Amino acid sequence: MSAATARRFVFTHPSLWLGLAATLVFTLLALVSLVWTPYPIANIEIGDRFLGPSAAHWLGTDNLGRDMASLVMAGTLTSFVVASLSVLIGAGIGVPLGLAAAAWGGALEWLVLRLSDFIFAFPAIIVAILITSLYGPGATNAIIAIGIFNIPIFARVARGGAMSIKTLDFVAAARLAGLGNGAIAYRHLLPNILSLIIVQGTIQLSLGILSEAGLSYIGLGTQPPATSLGLMLRDAQGLFLIHPWLTLVPGLCIVLIVIALNLAGDGLRDAIDPRLKGAQQNAA
Amino acid sequence: MGKLIRGLGLALALVTALTGAALAAPTEIRIGVALEPPTLDPTAGAAEAIDIVVYQNVFEGLTRIDENGAVQPGLATSWTISDDNLTYTFKLADGVTFHDGTSFDANDVKFSFDRIAAPDSLNAHKEFYSVIQSVTVIDPLTVEFKLKNPVGRFLFDIGRGDAVIVAPESAATNATNPIGTGPFSFVQWDKGSRVVLERYDPYWGKPVALTKASFVFISDTATLTNALLAEDVDGTNNFAPEALDVFKADPRFTVLVGTTEGETILGTNNKKAPFDNLKVRQAMAYALDRKAIIDGATYGYGTPIGSAFAPHNPYYVDLTSTYPYDPEKAKALLAEAGYPDGFSATLKLPPVGYARLSGQIIASQFAKVGIKLELINIEFAQWLEDVYTNHDFDLTIISHVEPFDIGNYANPNYYWGYDNPKFQALNETLNGTTDEAKRKELAIELQKIIADDAVNGYLFELAQTGVWNAKLTGMWKNSPIEGLVLRDIHWVE
Repeated sequence: MSAATARRFVFTHPSLWLGLAATLVFTLLALVSLVWTPYPIANIEIGDRFLGPSAAHWLGTDNLGRDMASLVMAGTLTSFVVASLSVLIGAGIGVPLGLAAAAWGGALEWLVLRLSDFIFAFPAIIVAILITSLYGPGATNAIIAIGIFNIPIFARVARGGAMSIKTLDFVAAARLAGLGNGAIAYRHLLPNILSLIIVQGTIQLSLGILSEAGLSYIGLGTQPPATSLGLMLRDAQGLFLIHPWLTLVPGLCIVLIVIALNLAGDGLRDAIDPRLKGAQQNAA
Repeated sequence: MGKLIRGLGLALALVTALTGAALAAPTEIRIGVALEPPTLDPTAGAAEAIDIVVYQNVFEGLTRIDENGAVQPGLATSWTISDDNLTYTFKLADGVTFHDGTSFDANDVKFSFDRIAAPDSLNAHKEFYSVIQSVTVIDPLTVEFKLKNPVGRFLFDIGRGDAVIVAPESAATNATNPIGTGPFSFVQWDKGSRVVLERYDPYWGKPVALTKASFVFISDTATLTNALLAEDVDGTNNFAPEALDVFKADPRFTVLVGTTEGETILGTNNKKAPFDNLKVRQAMAYALDRKAIIDGATYGYGTPIGSAFAPHNPYYVDLTSTYPYDPEKAKALLAEAGYPDGFSATLKLPPVGYARLSGQIIASQFAKVGIKLELINIEFAQWLEDVYTNHDFDLTIISHVEPFDIGNYANPNYYWGYDNPKFQALNETLNGTTDEAKRKELAIELQKIIADDAVNGYLFELAQTGVWNAKLTGMWKNSPIEGLVLRDIHWVE
């Protein structure tokens, strides 16, 4: 797709544009928290707690008098880091497994698929509880748990995509030219399924953010004094009837981030899936 | 016509009778409590949750502790004490039966105390009863205790949940099917959900009003809030202070704020560097801002303490100004101790709200004087193992809820590892003293020693914050001993 058609596509698909822009805003907020937040997030000022939004505290303060805006920024960073790393783990291990299954077939394929079934049988939360009981709670363990959960998803997507490409003529030509299974997988299958992986990655990113929030909410994820959006929800839930604002802020942030990522993911799929584009052109 | 009027009158009487029945006060109660007991035998476990369900409800001791912490007659209706304070003779109540129908007499008393002293005893507080030399049955309703040395609090100690009277026939199965002499008998225990008790009608003492009581286990604050608001439970003895305001404004509920015996401390491993250095412990004491901790962790319901003693106790002395909040002084002391840049340490936090919140606040306060704390949240079983048993910790936060537990500081093998021969000798003297004025003097001396030594960080006395249906009355406002006594609770219209 040329730059001009790409631009046209973005403007004819406002949802992609919206999704990408919102994701970008949250990403920037998260990254800025690395170097600057309005207040340090470990700064507890009991006297200043439960303040509503004001010029000094844009989103008010929480039950320990911490600045909510700072917490949201740092919490978004945690959520993005956990979700991105777990997607990297999932894709890094899952994609090669799926490609290998498609390229070699046979016993290897059977093994990869059964392994996927096996991991699928354990929801991320069970894996997280297992890891937590072995190594204690923490953001790292949340990354590993969600990452493990991502592996079979990427393996299946990679295998499915590769299987449909594998039957095409240029793969047969490559094989005739003397390329082995590994080389075919790397040079011909992988580039052709990359768009699928990127789209799946975006979706998994939003699921990862939800999972991180869930794990932190039940106390298995991020631990204080670090913070995440899920942990903020957990801290606020007992106060919901008295100070609903404390629950609304992190809750709405999670909703907005997940919607943004989903819009971006859907838009990206429309944008880079060649078959879908073909269908649109035909329809036009 | 006459017939018709008579018929109308009858109908009216019937309607009145029916509505009258419907308006009569209910006699059942459902109580929400946070923790489920591990067993139901109070003589074989340290958990407060056991006493909450069974103490004075299912089981009774020779004496009982009342709402104000005073000793009242229990199964022993009267007693005499010899002049040397070594021989106690108890007259037992007549006509008492256990819930399985077996009768109660002096042999059951002897059996219960011999069981505590037995080598294979599982009692959590054998030390309270090790002073008993012998228990002798004089006649079925008279029993005589001989002590090795005088103990000032003996009548209190035999009123604790650890010393309730059990029957030889049922003692072995009390953990799952408790059989006592109390006003309520055990009906069922749905594990993970509730324990149900019902009124024991042949009860020997003053009859109780409630016919049935269920203890429902709800550990999550938000769930308990909803259960109370929906009137799925009728009350709870200790509700999270953070959400108390929900009920204060609601006329359907009574909020009871009272005292407990829970001294909340920043438990410090006195055997481990750098905490073995008095200057470091003093620096930490100066770095603690109690007011912020109490406001933040208990929403102002805690009472500041400066030593390990309950503020409502007559022996209490206010030592909160021993080390007032002074971060500059804390920094200076750290520098003197050889830590001009502070140090790093871990803070292990059990899963109770006050500990987790206090931990974050203290970490922020310590950071201001250069002490960097890493917060480690752990489950209660792990806390008991790591901190309490293996002493594998730097700092921790916990509430010591037993009445008069300053004696723990005389035990050098206790988890905080405080070994002070002077304290131990004084504590010994206190235990052997029965003269009130002298006891008070000694207790004050003991409080001062541990406050000056800054053995632990002394934070606050936990408050008891009960939330109850406004139509209930007779609940204990204070908690002078572990337990939730149903005896006087009843519904009023």
